[in-house]
Amino acid sequence: MAAKTVLNYIERKSVVHELTGVTKLAFFLLFTFASMLTYDTRVLLGLLVISCLAFRFSHIKFKEVHFMMVFMLVFLVMNNIFIYLFNPDQGTEIYGTRHVLCHFFWRYDVTAEQLFYMFNISLKYFVSLPIAILFISATNPSEFAASLNRIGVSYRVGYSMSIALRYIPDIQRDYHNISQAQQARGVELGKKVKLWTRLKNVVTILMPLILSSLSRIDVISNAMELRGFGKNPRKRTWYMARPLKRNDWLVIGFGVLLLVLSFVITFWDGNRFFNPFV
Amino acid sequence: MNTPIISFKNFGFQYRAQKRPTLYDINLDIYPGERILIAGPSGSGKSTIGNCLNGLIPFSYTGECTGSLTVDGVDAPKSSIFEMSRHVGTVLQDPDGQFIGLTVAEDIAFALENDCTPQDEMRETVRKVAQMVDITERMEYAPHELSGGQKQRVSLGGVMVDQVKILLFDEPLANLDPATGKQAIELIDDIQSRTDTTVVIIEHRLEDVLWKNVDRIVLVSEGRIAADLRPDELLSSNLLTEHGIREPLYLTALKYAGVEITPEKKPAHVDTVVLEEKDQQKVRDWFTAAPPAAPKAERPVLLEVKDVTFGYNPEIVTLKDISFQIREGEMLSIVGRNGAGKSTMSKLICGFEPLTRGKVYFKGKDVTNDTIRERAAHIGYVMQNPNQMISKTMIFDEVALGVKNLGLSESQIREKVENVLKICGLYPFRNWPISALSFGQKKRVTIASVLVMGPELIILDEPTAGQDFRHYTEIMEFLRSLNDQGVTVVMITHDMHLMLEYTPRALVFNNGRLVCDEASSVVLCNPDLVREAALKETSLFTLANRCGITPPEAFVERFIDADREVRDNGR
Repeated sequence: MAAKTVLNYIERKSVVHELTGVTKLAFFLLFTFASMLTYDTRVLLGLLVISCLAFRFSHIKFKEVHFMMVFMLVFLVMNNIFIYLFNPDQGTEIYGTRHVLCHFFWRYDVTAEQLFYMFNISLKYFVSLPIAILFISATNPSEFAASLNRIGVSYRVGYSMSIALRYIPDIQRDYHNISQAQQARGVELGKKVKLWTRLKNVVTILMPLILSSLSRIDVISNAMELRGFGKNPRKRTWYMARPLKRNDWLVIGFGVLLLVLSFVITFWDGNRFFNPFV
Repeated sequence: MNTPIISFKNFGFQYRAQKRPTLYDINLDIYPGERILIAGPSGSGKSTIGNCLNGLIPFSYTGECTGSLTVDGVDAPKSSIFEMSRHVGTVLQDPDGQFIGLTVAEDIAFALENDCTPQDEMRETVRKVAQMVDITERMEYAPHELSGGQKQRVSLGGVMVDQVKILLFDEPLANLDPATGKQAIELIDDIQSRTDTTVVIIEHRLEDVLWKNVDRIVLVSEGRIAADLRPDELLSSNLLTEHGIREPLYLTALKYAGVEITPEKKPAHVDTVVLEEKDQQKVRDWFTAAPPAAPKAERPVLLEVKDVTFGYNPEIVTLKDISFQIREGEMLSIVGRNGAGKSTMSKLICGFEPLTRGKVYFKGKDVTNDTIRERAAHIGYVMQNPNQMISKTMIFDEVALGVKNLGLSESQIREKVENVLKICGLYPFRNWPISALSFGQKKRVTIASVLVMGPELIILDEPTAGQDFRHYTEIMEFLRSLNDQGVTVVMITHDMHLMLEYTPRALVFNNGRLVCDEASSVVLCNPDLVREAALKETSLFTLANRCGITPPEAFVERFIDADREVRDNGR
């Protein structure tokens, strides 16, 4: 089938893949937390190195995930533009100085402080992106639910994630088929028509998609109940769960260490921002 | 005699949202190790009986039970769905929907996980069960990498892990190609004899289930049990036809020939039905009584597909070197196993995907590079599930959806739509909400919404999947009437009866190739082709052979013509 899945598990033999889902989830959370809290350029650069190394270790090729990368880059550029449009002096407010590099119009000056601030924001994206991609592409989806359950999330929530992963390809395929059939009865979805008409026409695909998915949900929930899902309100075992090995503990420990270190360095001087201007 | 494992006593059930009960006064005992077929038309209450057994009723679908139902010693209506799942394993109709795990192994393990089984024990059980249903080679596969038959094996495995005493199959054949359906019945038979479980099959495709032995057939009609007989007894009566279930074709043929069917003839299987010399002679006489119909004059070519090759990506070729012609006013079937390229072929004809190589001509004009919309004016496409096509709430709006984009005036649109509604017999309902329609009527709405664009050719994907004989006949007769009005009809189907009865010609696909382009009767009388393309021989072929009639396809055609006449005049 032609359905392209954007987020996909990529099977490989690598150190990263051998870690359990729990470890990857924990490390992902710790690492993202660390990079989100700090604006300290030195810490961010350090984290970036680790994040790139982890990506290298996974043996996943850049080519395989470039769609996600491009998607995030677009997002990043938009984010930067809006930050600048809404407050071109954010950098000055943070760093306390103002080095004007050039002037556009009205209050829109380009200051070194603003550029540096936006550089830091971008850096945060670059730090967390490879880890996020790794978490998605190197965690066997079968382990997701078990991992979530293990860190204390209710198995019902965990399993609904897993069900979503199971049925997303089906729904994509349905969407594709419905869209073709609607076009064959004269509903225009191509680039030739106005955006508004196109949006209106997309509804003619979504309606049947939603209704047929709802009846599918009925079948699924019956099938699950008939096989005892929810029999024990708190506990459930997992066929695919794996015990934590030495490497797992090392990685989790490393994640905790990183978080602590980044905290210490960031707040050493009582400020989340590293200031090269004074 | 020993005690029944399932016992309905004056049992009745009424869904909460309904005014009248769905089941009345059911009295039925099923004994351990029996194989029971519950047959009945849609809406007869046969699925409701199944749902009472597995606990979906009354715990998921609420309502009021009267009388009593004991299943494996449990008072079913007073227990719970979880308790019932320990005793009754249910394999649902849709093999896709009930595949819950991300891989085969996980899906089989699902019930064990819910039972908090330790991992080692779980893996051991899963391995054993996978062996039993013969799926060990594919433990790591995701559902979309499996065929329909394999998914059904997994579903069966998933309920076998509980060591249930009763296996319940809810229309197990509905979504399978004919050969896979046959294997499914063999698998059920095999598992039953090895584990000595009690098997209850709910199905209206009687002839296919009877491929292997069943002990009793329970015929359900309008919420009551109309008959509870051994297959040989039931088949000797007229009860099936009276209650809208199609009897096996060979029996209909024998009846046409004037052979009297009695239980002593053991009519349950075409291979073993007792045919004395005088019976055979009757069949032969009947065969020669009518001359073969004269072949129809050839009409001009409407669609031509020439040397078409296609793949979704460059490495995998889905269709290779396909060439055929469809003539004006034809009605034809595209058949073959799932994944053979049937659906892809229809998509290419509609222009949904660009060809890798080859040409498509419509009325002699090259349309290879026309867009979907340009082709939509000539070629219509109707999806299998009408719910996937309907996006408006009112019938009129739904049918008008396509023509609204043509830039016509309001009155022109009204005229076009009303015209099509009349053709489709939907005019009286034009202001009804679609939700008030039956499945067959919805199907008509989707056909109408395609016809309104004025296509000369329509392609339908499985127009009758999951429909009982009455609805099947209703939909197919409607398509035939359209065909009589000049619309060329192409159907993708797994239904060998449909192919034989309604489409004189069939295109057989296998492994991305067009392996046969012949009369339907010839296709189904060719054992090698039938095996290769996962079709199913018609029992008429076997009957013709047993009576020494050659060529068998002529006998098949004689039957189809006679049957057509009986139906046209008889009802």
